[in-house]
Amino acid sequence: MGLDFSIIPKYMDIILLGVGWTVGITVAAALLSFVGGIIFAVIALYAPWLIRQPFRLIEWVFMGTPLLLQLFLIYFGLVQIGIDLPAFVAGIIGLGLHFAVYNSELIQTAILAVDKGQMEAARTLGLGRGQALRKVVIPQAVRAVIPPIGNNMIALLKDSALVSVIGVSELTLSAQRVIGKTYRPFEFYILAAAFYYVINLCMEWVQRKIERRISISR
Amino acid sequence: MTEQTHFVEIRHAQKSFGALEVLKDISLNVERGQIVGIIGSSGSGKSTLLRAINDLDPLTGGEIWLDGVQVNKTLPHRQYEKHINEMRQNVGMVFQHFNLFPHMTARENVTMAPKLLKGLSQADVDKLAEEQLDKVGMLERIDYYPSQLSGGQKQRVAIARALAMKPKLMLFDEATSALDPELVEEVNLVMKKLAEEHMTMIIVTHEMDFAASVCDRVLFMDKGVVVEEGPPSVLFKNPTQDRTREFLRKHIEGAS
Repeated sequence: MGLDFSIIPKYMDIILLGVGWTVGITVAAALLSFVGGIIFAVIALYAPWLIRQPFRLIEWVFMGTPLLLQLFLIYFGLVQIGIDLPAFVAGIIGLGLHFAVYNSELIQTAILAVDKGQMEAARTLGLGRGQALRKVVIPQAVRAVIPPIGNNMIALLKDSALVSVIGVSELTLSAQRVIGKTYRPFEFYILAAAFYYVINLCMEWVQRKIERRISISR
Repeated sequence: MTEQTHFVEIRHAQKSFGALEVLKDISLNVERGQIVGIIGSSGSGKSTLLRAINDLDPLTGGEIWLDGVQVNKTLPHRQYEKHINEMRQNVGMVFQHFNLFPHMTARENVTMAPKLLKGLSQADVDKLAEEQLDKVGMLERIDYYPSQLSGGQKQRVAIARALAMKPKLMLFDEATSALDPELVEEVNLVMKKLAEEHMTMIIVTHEMDFAASVCDRVLFMDKGVVVEEGPPSVLFKNPTQDRTREFLRKHIEGAS
């Protein structure tokens, strides 16, 4: 049996639906990981001991265990304690928190790298510490970490394929389903790979846009 | 506790970093509209004293009073934070390294705090930014970022930023030390203008000429104590203390 790419258009709608799910989950999880990353970083650096400890546990769980296991735990495990999430929501939460922990590490380093004079200048004007962080320190830290966070987001896109295991018909699972019907693994895996590549390019383009928009040369 | 009678009153200020005592029982009064210069070699404690006035470097002993209110009074943490934030709104500070916010334009640097803390409208803060930046001669650069400005221009924007909070007292911590020599004058001119408007100022400086020309009083500090103080005409021309003479001799020779 040779290769036959002419079969693709017939199943394109299923694949495109998969692309839609992958993009949707990736964008939602990326936003969650970004906002969550900032919140985790601020907690890690500034919260009182009692609040910091539970977050260190969360951090350990998300950094020290496989993402696959985390998705199983959120989707199948939480049902037992009465939290029954739709699969795609569980996927977004799992991916989002997993990468929030990694983003938090980057943001923490960037916050500490902001010159101490910035906090002092803001406090001198009468801003409280929270206000100074929000208006002065964090915006500078976030600008500095856009490129490495962009790398994390590419990793997030690739790991979004894992949510197929809890039954979300994203791109990889859609390809698999089509292959189940057509017995054409090469054609459809290549097609899926091509779509991942295109989404990748789009993400890099968005990242460059953001960088250019907010970049400041000092 | 005695009633406060001076505009700024520092009583028995003491500050230690661990075993190192950097301020040893310093008392100092500043009247409204007065301009006080503090000179001394690095490590003399002059910056620490200045930074204690708005509690950036809290004292370990003694009291600081500003316009009838004790700055470093004992309060529970939350109340103290609120108190100190309110106090600091009355005290403008200018730093050696400007500390402008690099992600904000000159306008935003000036308006951020008044907008956030005083709840002014956009129209009001725009007017405020124009006024203050005009005052320091930076109106034409109102929408520039700090990275697009020279050191002298940055420092002038930093002064405008401090003035926008309408402070009663301005603190200058070696405001021109980080500037190229040819940029010092434009900053000094702005400070002289403030002096003419009778702004109360405490100025830590290395520039003896400037201190002599604008200050009503000059303090010479060494090893955490005020060695000598007086009007610049006396302190610079006829110092009574050996340490002052020594410092001035070195400084004037070194500056040539």
